[in-house]
Amino acid sequence: MTAPLKDITPAERARSTSFYEASARTRLELLLDAGSFVEFIGPEQREVSPHLKIFDLPEQFDDGIVVGHGRLDGAQVFVAAQEGRFMGGAFGEVHGAKLTGLLRAARQIGSIPVLILFDTGGVRLQEANAGELAIAEIMRAVMEARSSGVKVIGLIGGRSGCYGGGGLIAGCCSALAVSEPGRIAVSGPEVIETNRGVEEFDSRDRALVWRTMGGKHRRLLGAADVFAADNVQDFREAALELLGLVGPLGLERLKAEQERLADRLRRYGACEDAVDIWTAEGIVHAETVPELPADQFIALADRIGRTSRDAR
Amino acid sequence: MEDLRFQHRVRTRAGGTRQSAIVGVVASGNLEVLVERVLPDAECALDIKTAAIGFGEVWTAVVGDFVERYSPGGLRFSINDGGARPDTVSLRLAQAVRLIAENGQ
Amino acid sequence: MTLDDIITSLFPDGHEVRSDKGVLLGSATLRSGDSMLVLGVADRTALGVDEALRLSGHVLRSIGRDSGPILVLVDSDSQRMSKRDELLGLNEFLAHLAKVLIHADMNGRPTIGLLYGHSAAGALLATGLATRVLVGLPGADPAVMDLPSMAKVTKLSMEALEEKAKSTPVFAPGLSNLAQMGAVHMIWSNTTSLADQLEALLADMPAARDGRDTLGKVRGGRLKAAEIAERVRDLALQAR
Repeated sequence: MTAPLKDITPAERARSTSFYEASARTRLELLLDAGSFVEFIGPEQREVSPHLKIFDLPEQFDDGIVVGHGRLDGAQVFVAAQEGRFMGGAFGEVHGAKLTGLLRAARQIGSIPVLILFDTGGVRLQEANAGELAIAEIMRAVMEARSSGVKVIGLIGGRSGCYGGGGLIAGCCSALAVSEPGRIAVSGPEVIETNRGVEEFDSRDRALVWRTMGGKHRRLLGAADVFAADNVQDFREAALELLGLVGPLGLERLKAEQERLADRLRRYGACEDAVDIWTAEGIVHAETVPELPADQFIALADRIGRTSRDAR
Repeated sequence: MEDLRFQHRVRTRAGGTRQSAIVGVVASGNLEVLVERVLPDAECALDIKTAAIGFGEVWTAVVGDFVERYSPGGLRFSINDGGARPDTVSLRLAQAVRLIAENGQ
Repeated sequence: MTLDDIITSLFPDGHEVRSDKGVLLGSATLRSGDSMLVLGVADRTALGVDEALRLSGHVLRSIGRDSGPILVLVDSDSQRMSKRDELLGLNEFLAHLAKVLIHADMNGRPTIGLLYGHSAAGALLATGLATRVLVGLPGADPAVMDLPSMAKVTKLSMEALEEKAKSTPVFAPGLSNLAQMGAVHMIWSNTTSLADQLEALLADMPAARDGRDTLGKVRGGRLKAAEIAERVRDLALQAR
């Protein structure tokens, strides 16, 4: 017998729900304090993409992103969650503008943080120019919000990962939490293979994809500061942890980031594979990192992994 | 894309107080159903935009079964379909009715 | 126009801009005698981790010195598509370059992008699209996504795509499409002095706020973005 659903606490439900498998709406419902989420321009407003009909493609009422506000441990937060199953979570005109508007409000207020639940392949091809520009506007809006003291936290663990311009927006955030399936990159595996050949990157080699772009590598490199197990409760706790750590953006941080990235190139610029980088970081039996369970990996990363704290 | 529209007279009003609910996602083999409490108690309507063309008869049958079984009076269903199979459609419609039957906004 | 022609026409009073493996770094003298920081990507070079870090370093080193507004010249490929670049975290390097440019712009160092050749995808986001004013030169051929790749993914013929492109600027490559979207603010003439056009722009720089969505609406290329962003912003402000 399984217990009736109503007897399960929200935290237990969040703990037993895979972030990777959940929809954008379920992620938000379980990430935030129970019942606190309120959506801006919800699906009933039917603000669909004006461009998909040109290609005779189906629309989604929220254009693949859910934005609104809610509470996290009682404190107000703005949230945006991409739906990675609708057109790969890609940025189109309406989709992007919803996030831009949210960030602009956060900038004006100055004290309410923004959580972005990335799940995206990048620019939506059918509205490529509008999507690319939306990403540029979001990057600018993230920087302006951070400069006004807003904490912008990215959570990455969805099926579409965080690719293309999504990876650049993630790079603009104050801090990131990532799970193992939460890949972060600019060019996707198929894009590299198509342009440079299978010798450069074999997109069907899933182990190669995970260790080059996956959450464990990003955490060890210091691209993400917190590693979350693949459940919504872990991401909730990661978001709370990061909100407590992040400081204001200023010139010193950008100089520190320049040094952090230069140091990375000096140390690992000649490495051929992620395993070489992990070995150079001092991990014994680095080849076993992909198999480590989340708790053991977190212990390892906390001991050896780098951090981007105060340097992004 | 093909647009389909169904209107039915029903026996009873759908339960609950929520004004709207949404389930599903638009993807290959999947669909989203937006349901809103906006019609008179004895009516229900379904507006469907589907990527799979030429399945009007299948929709007629699936919708007929659904309306007979749930009597979703007062509800308007707006559907974006990425080419879902009939069993997936039935499942999403049932989920939508269940969700809007909850109490709340 | 070649890059040398462009730089000479921009800075008749002299410059020290050097190209090294496609990375442009240097500074130039404006008519007023003040200096302008110059950086960029030339020769359709792909923007990878090494190039991006040199460019961001150039800007960061200039901050605090009296080195004037910032010009970003762009004739690039897309981001460098390689295992090494992704392994090292290319997204962070490209974002860092954009962040440094945006930070400079917000703090008294107005940025101008000059798109004189090609650019695409992540490279355009980290350079031209991270400046306050993006200018195009006739003949520039930016392509967020090229039509052959689009044909492959959308399973439409090139002819069908070209036909669709006539009715909307939203997906097809080209400078005029990006201008209509609000991404490219203005297109300069290459038959008159670039220095005159640069000085005119510097004398009348728009404020350091992002008005590209409004521009796209006025030009009819992006009718929804500005309205949606404003509605969400207003709802969020009310929710405080």
